Amino acid sequence: MTDIAHPLAAPNPHLETSTGLDSRKLAIWTFLGSECMFFASLISTYVVFRNKSLVGPFPHTPWTDPATGRVYEPIIEIPLVTVGTALLLFSSLFIVLALYGAQKGNRKMLLGWLAATIMCGMFFVGMQVYEFTHFVHKGLTLQRNMFGASFFTLTGFHGTHVTIGVIWLLTMFVLALRKQLPAENAINLEMAALYWHFVDVVWIIIFPVVYLMQ
Amino acid sequence: MTSHVTTADEHERAHPTPGTYTKVGLVLFILTALEVALYEITFGEHAGALGDLTHVFVPMLLTLSAAKFALVAMFYMHLKQDSRLFTGVFVFPLIIAAVVILALAALMAYHMAFAKSGG
Amino acid sequence: MATVVGKEALVAGIPAEKTGLWSWITTVDHKRVAVLYLIGSMFFFFLGGIEALLIRIQLVRPDNNFVTPEVFNELFTMHGTTMIFLAVMPMSQIFFNYIIPLMIGARDVAFPRLNAFGVWVFLLGGLFLNASFLFGAAPDAGWFGYANLTSKQFSPGMHVDFWMLGLQILGVSSLAAAVNFFVTIINLRAPGMRLMRMPMFVWMSFITMILLLLAFPVITVALILLMFDRFFGTHFFVPTGGGDPILWQHLFWIFGHPEVYILILPAFGIISEVLPVFSRKPLFGYAAMVFSGVFIAFLGFGVWSHHMFSTGMGPIADTFFSLATMLIAIPTGVKIFNWIGTIWGGSLQLKTPMLFALGFIAMFIMGGLSGVMHASPPADLQQTDTYFVVAHFHYVLFGGSIFGLVAGAYYWWPKMFGKVLDERLGKIHFWLQLIGFNLTFFPMHFVGLHGMPRRVYTYPKGLGFDSMNQWETVGAFILAGGFAVMLYNIWKTWRTAPPAPADPWNGATLEWSIPSPPQEWNFPEIPTVTGRDPLWEAKRQRGGPLPEPQRVSGQGIHMPAPSYWPLVTAFSLPLLFTGLMLASKIGPWGIFIGVATLFFGIYNWLFEPSYTSIPGVKGKGRH
Repeated sequence: MTDIAHPLAAPNPHLETSTGLDSRKLAIWTFLGSECMFFASLISTYVVFRNKSLVGPFPHTPWTDPATGRVYEPIIEIPLVTVGTALLLFSSLFIVLALYGAQKGNRKMLLGWLAATIMCGMFFVGMQVYEFTHFVHKGLTLQRNMFGASFFTLTGFHGTHVTIGVIWLLTMFVLALRKQLPAENAINLEMAALYWHFVDVVWIIIFPVVYLMQ
Repeated sequence: MTSHVTTADEHERAHPTPGTYTKVGLVLFILTALEVALYEITFGEHAGALGDLTHVFVPMLLTLSAAKFALVAMFYMHLKQDSRLFTGVFVFPLIIAAVVILALAALMAYHMAFAKSGG
Repeated sequence: MATVVGKEALVAGIPAEKTGLWSWITTVDHKRVAVLYLIGSMFFFFLGGIEALLIRIQLVRPDNNFVTPEVFNELFTMHGTTMIFLAVMPMSQIFFNYIIPLMIGARDVAFPRLNAFGVWVFLLGGLFLNASFLFGAAPDAGWFGYANLTSKQFSPGMHVDFWMLGLQILGVSSLAAAVNFFVTIINLRAPGMRLMRMPMFVWMSFITMILLLLAFPVITVALILLMFDRFFGTHFFVPTGGGDPILWQHLFWIFGHPEVYILILPAFGIISEVLPVFSRKPLFGYAAMVFSGVFIAFLGFGVWSHHMFSTGMGPIADTFFSLATMLIAIPTGVKIFNWIGTIWGGSLQLKTPMLFALGFIAMFIMGGLSGVMHASPPADLQQTDTYFVVAHFHYVLFGGSIFGLVAGAYYWWPKMFGKVLDERLGKIHFWLQLIGFNLTFFPMHFVGLHGMPRRVYTYPKGLGFDSMNQWETVGAFILAGGFAVMLYNIWKTWRTAPPAPADPWNGATLEWSIPSPPQEWNFPEIPTVTGRDPLWEAKRQRGGPLPEPQRVSGQGIHMPAPSYWPLVTAFSLPLLFTGLMLASKIGPWGIFIGVATLFFGIYNWLFEPSYTSIPGVKGKGRH
């Protein structure tokens, strides 16, 4: 007795669609297209405001507050974020390997690479949390200046998307552990993987625009 | 059973192998390293090592990023192998998104140049 | 893969009831979702109409004090917000939901539970927005909420918070529906129904979905930035902190302009269905209609700053947006000529749906003409922020969208409710609406060009506005009378009219081939389509009308099971946003409860099986 008791079961395989493509996969791509506009609006806001701060701290240059004399170091620190970027990139590789395992019915491959993906994702979120608190210590808050407002909003929403992705992947991992992600249901992991790659691809844009551009 | 059972496999013709995926991953890593290196020789510790790159920095950087974006989309998200409908559904909003970013940046830059603060 | 469980639709112990409140709460049937949109949109349309009448009473004479200026601000803000988000868009949803699956030969939409989720979110969002009245804090900064009037400094109360968060909730509903119908139209068409054979209503709806998907995320971000300014002390739109209110205008109108196409395209689609049937002629220039619709949508993303000609964008930006706006008149003109080409030489049946459709053409042309006048920046500097603009958008949104939607209502009422609305009462409604509408809004062109600004709660005597404002108020009440007649018509036919046949109008499209109203599964067998206007084709081949379709038992037809998880998940949104609003008083607990409910709802939804497995489904049966 498989599919009624089986969560996330594939609908009746006799289901035919006009394109031959699975509706759920099409739905995820449609959603990702919409999300492009969401992040475009956030990135635009960042680009518009990043050099418009009235006071420091600034991303790449030090600044002394004329009122208090406090020296604010440049906020951006390349090494840490580069590690995070690399982790996120590798996580995309890991999840596509996990998906390969899922599609081939290779549960060990699926579990191993999915675990690696989740670890990378969690490290990335951890890095962001650390980075945020570190920046706050250096004097950059949401309210401080336009750079703070647009930086925390853009990277914060991206980080939220990553967190949701991690929760989604953890759910997939638990399903896989319970042997509820056989090859015929690999599409469920494929949907999660597409979302995960998208979150990575948005970071591919954010990283240079926020951290590297002057 | 009908002759048209559509499973994931049928439409992912000739999926890449784990070997291909790993190679793409290495290229992505190298491209990221190049981005950071470009930053270092333009603005960072080794600024000026290859001359003054400030004017070509942004185009070069964005080219590297675009290449990474394309690789992830084409190979990891399987756009290269899958139905072109998915490519269309993703690329069309991407184009509108790019246009919106550029238009907003241009319009707001012009506006801010004339609307000096305090006015 | 499909296993035998039993012939009854039984999921997690819930029997699939067909009647009663519980069956409505757990429904995932697109037809019932449509009826929920109908009830909601009619309720909010009348609320918005009352707001309009109160505005008109206040403006009937100079120096009036029927309402205070503060209340007046709330009235015009809520009138606009309600009519756009809680009336016109949900009315379009009625027909997306009821008619699209029928027109494409499907049993339901691609994601029935997501569909139910969407309507619950709409209903709860509308209640959230209007709950503001109970707290004396109805939104009052205009439906477009310009910064920095909406900042904490200049709008200290909860008015703007209700607006901001209410719109976020409603945005979720629109996005869910957009994903659903985008996939449904691409993937659930009957065999043989190629894209260029789809009914024009389906095409226009499809384009509308694409616009929704691309435009709503932008206003989502704009509202997020506003929320951060108001709740977290950022300065995105606050000049003293380095921010810029103009960014709000850009983001809002990047959404706002596609939004007006979202409001009109479904009506375009309805007209393209009604005119051919009541002219007994196929739609003129099908391909041109498709491509002009696509062109309008695409170009609609390139004109937004024509709402900002008075903000000093500079000559290059002004010229670009002016040209793009004028350009959009071309595909619109193509449509109008094709509609005229459709009725030209046709055998016109002047029934109520047709009257509203013809009224649409005339009124929309007028609205389009005043729109083109705005496309010129120098002319617009005179017209903007006056009643001339109010005239323009009411001609296109009421004369266009509402006339079109009402045409659709009379046209599809028999299919949806099994009763043909009374023809005589329908005609009375039409004339009251046509006369009342023009009496209300035509004088606004003049009063606007004479200098009466928008959004003013009163005006002094002797500026030349007095008598026209009186006529406008009279017109508004005549207009309201028209809708009262429609309500009476609905009630009367519900009680006394005979059951409607499957095809009362001699229709061309698939929905007329099944009983009125359809059975739960729509089609006993999914039809195969060989051209456009499949029903006319079938009648031609038969040499006469088709036999009245019989109601069948539905044995062996596989339908999605009902569920209450969409409703539970929908509830989490007003919980979450109320929590956000009250966070300064109660801390993060409201937010936690909202998020917890969201996760609870989503997980249960995902892990509940969406299909019942019934044996005997053959070949091309689509769920």
